[in-house]
Amino acid sequence: MKVSEIIDQLGLKVISGEKGLDRGISGAYVSDLLSDVMGNAREGQIWITLQVHQNVMAIASLKDLAAVILVKDLQANENTIHHSDEEQIPILSTSLSTYEITGKLYALLNKQ
Amino acid sequence: MMRRFRADLHLHTVLSPCADLAMSPDQLLATAKRKELDIIAITDHNSTLNCKVVREIAADFGIVVLNGCEVNSQEDVHALCLFEDDHTRDEFQKFIDSYLPQIPNKPDYYGYQPVVDRDNQIITEIPWYLGNGLPVSLEEIADFTHYLNGLFIPAHIDRPINSLFSQLGFLPKELKIDGMQLTRYADEKHIRKLYDIHSDISLIKASA
Repeated sequence: MKVSEIIDQLGLKVISGEKGLDRGISGAYVSDLLSDVMGNAREGQIWITLQVHQNVMAIASLKDLAAVILVKDLQANENTIHHSDEEQIPILSTSLSTYEITGKLYALLNKQ
Repeated sequence: MMRRFRADLHLHTVLSPCADLAMSPDQLLATAKRKELDIIAITDHNSTLNCKVVREIAADFGIVVLNGCEVNSQEDVHALCLFEDDHTRDEFQKFIDSYLPQIPNKPDYYGYQPVVDRDNQIITEIPWYLGNGLPVSLEEIADFTHYLNGLFIPAHIDRPINSLFSQLGFLPKELKIDGMQLTRYADEKHIRKLYDIHSDISLIKASA
């Protein structure tokens, strides 16, 4: 499944990094500790977090993640958006909590 | 000849929910004296309100006391913010007051948060839990600290939680720091290598 395909199905907003919407999704990882994501996330995963700091995109790029979903309508910092465009890794946004969006994404990815 | 000073720049008073009620200003200074400290900083969680009383009685102990606090940022990173004079300390307190989430403290669970006078009488208790993160980024806190001529030092960077490295993975490019603090038993060489900390960055050790 591609990033672009989950956007409609989960009602996500695309904040930045549109050029990366064709990226394929291998799974997902949920964590707000960036050190944990650095150590444990795997290539192609969607990362669900509430952290909006620019280091989020540096780590998404380092781990070659498919996209980042920010929960609860949190606004990414300006620098974070800039890095997302530059690295072509989309930032997606939802009004849902981590619990809700994770449940929906899990169901969607496991339906395949 | 160069004179050496012993300093502990991360200390909590009774005001911090994590601290013991015995951490009264006079007890704290007496302990600092016993440990032969020349300089200490008062760094309660998200508050500078007990700095004043400690500074007032510090002269009796021959110890220099710096104004400070341990701020918790939006990313849940703890950082020491130190201020030279009382005016800049008070300006920083206003900054904290404008951001601290108004979530009531639960003394039974977290501990009491009293501001005290020199006789250890409680002047007031802070009603909002002081351990919460402020909804402000670490960079904004650092910039405001520097605007007030203060020092900005990420706290206990070797801890697995609430540290710059646990929360943010690595030192952000735009963050201006004046040093980093290690916990008491940390191995400086190991930590420098582990997090690739440049030799230009000073590391200090502190008790908290």
